Amino acid sequence: MAEEKKYKYSIIVPTYNERLNIALIVYLIFKHLRDVDFEIIVVDDGSPDGTQEIVKQLQHLYGEDRILLRARAKKLGLGTAYIHGLKHATGDFVVIMDADLSHHPKYLPSFIKKQLETNASIVTGTRYVKGGGVHGWNLMRKLTSRGANVLAQTLLWPGVSDLTGSFRLYKKSVLEDVISSCVSKGYVFQMEMIVRATRKGYHIEEVPITFVDRVFGTSKLGGSEIVEYLKGLVYLLLTT
Amino acid sequence: MKHIVKILSLLLAVSAFWIGLLQAAIIPPGYNTWLLPIYFVVSLGCYGLLMVGLGLMQFPTCPQEALLLQHDIAEAKDFFKHKGVDVGSD
Repeated sequence: MAEEKKYKYSIIVPTYNERLNIALIVYLIFKHLRDVDFEIIVVDDGSPDGTQEIVKQLQHLYGEDRILLRARAKKLGLGTAYIHGLKHATGDFVVIMDADLSHHPKYLPSFIKKQLETNASIVTGTRYVKGGGVHGWNLMRKLTSRGANVLAQTLLWPGVSDLTGSFRLYKKSVLEDVISSCVSKGYVFQMEMIVRATRKGYHIEEVPITFVDRVFGTSKLGGSEIVEYLKGLVYLLLTT
Repeated sequence: MKHIVKILSLLLAVSAFWIGLLQAAIIPPGYNTWLLPIYFVVSLGCYGLLMVGLGLMQFPTCPQEALLLQHDIAEAKDFFKHKGVDVGSD
């Protein structure tokens, strides 16, 4: 029987004021990836709540080779956080995920399995298929999400069911290639990444994930977000 | 090829087809020139609304996940308490 090649996974987690959540996420990652070679790269943007102190304690507990703290001085945006994390990643694959526990580490094995089965360049989590789901959204929020999705599908033919999701696994070289050609900010950035990847012909697979939104109650989806989204769609329509 | 070029080519092809039909008088005179474009836009709109409605009805939810998450959080907090890591409170 041939030796199975052991891959290493770099998990990039951008944080800002996630003092409690980062510890929870680290615990859950270690719990669900017991036999996997991985490193967690925390890109903290100068959190005032002591996130970095917690990370240092976690490093003490789990090892500085498993948890890398690559902080920045201030809030510099998500795209650049990924680029910064990428520079320090030594894995064959890179996982990006949110730090607020809306993305549950228990899905990491299914991402890895899907990639190994299909040799996909990108495995993206989707909330909108059977087996996936969202908790914490009211009807209006679901309507906006669904409307936005249908609009994006009709205009862009993106090849994935969940465009704005940010729980993804990339082959390292693929992430480097795609991220270098993206210029948007925020969730439009996530859309741009996956659309550009589709246009470049990369093999993309999806796995269902559940998304527990603990933040939505406190932030509203206002008119300005909708305008930003539409502008993003038009930009992607014209430039990809 | 850029995506917008693909879409415009598609629209161009459909328009050319329609204009061709009009010119060749295959469509009996008296039909509104704008018939196909109007039908196209209207059906696209209806399709969009249908997809939104269907998607909304079938929107997958996972209330049990919130509960599971609470368990995971409790488990993690307990672990850290025993290891002496002060994670503070939410």
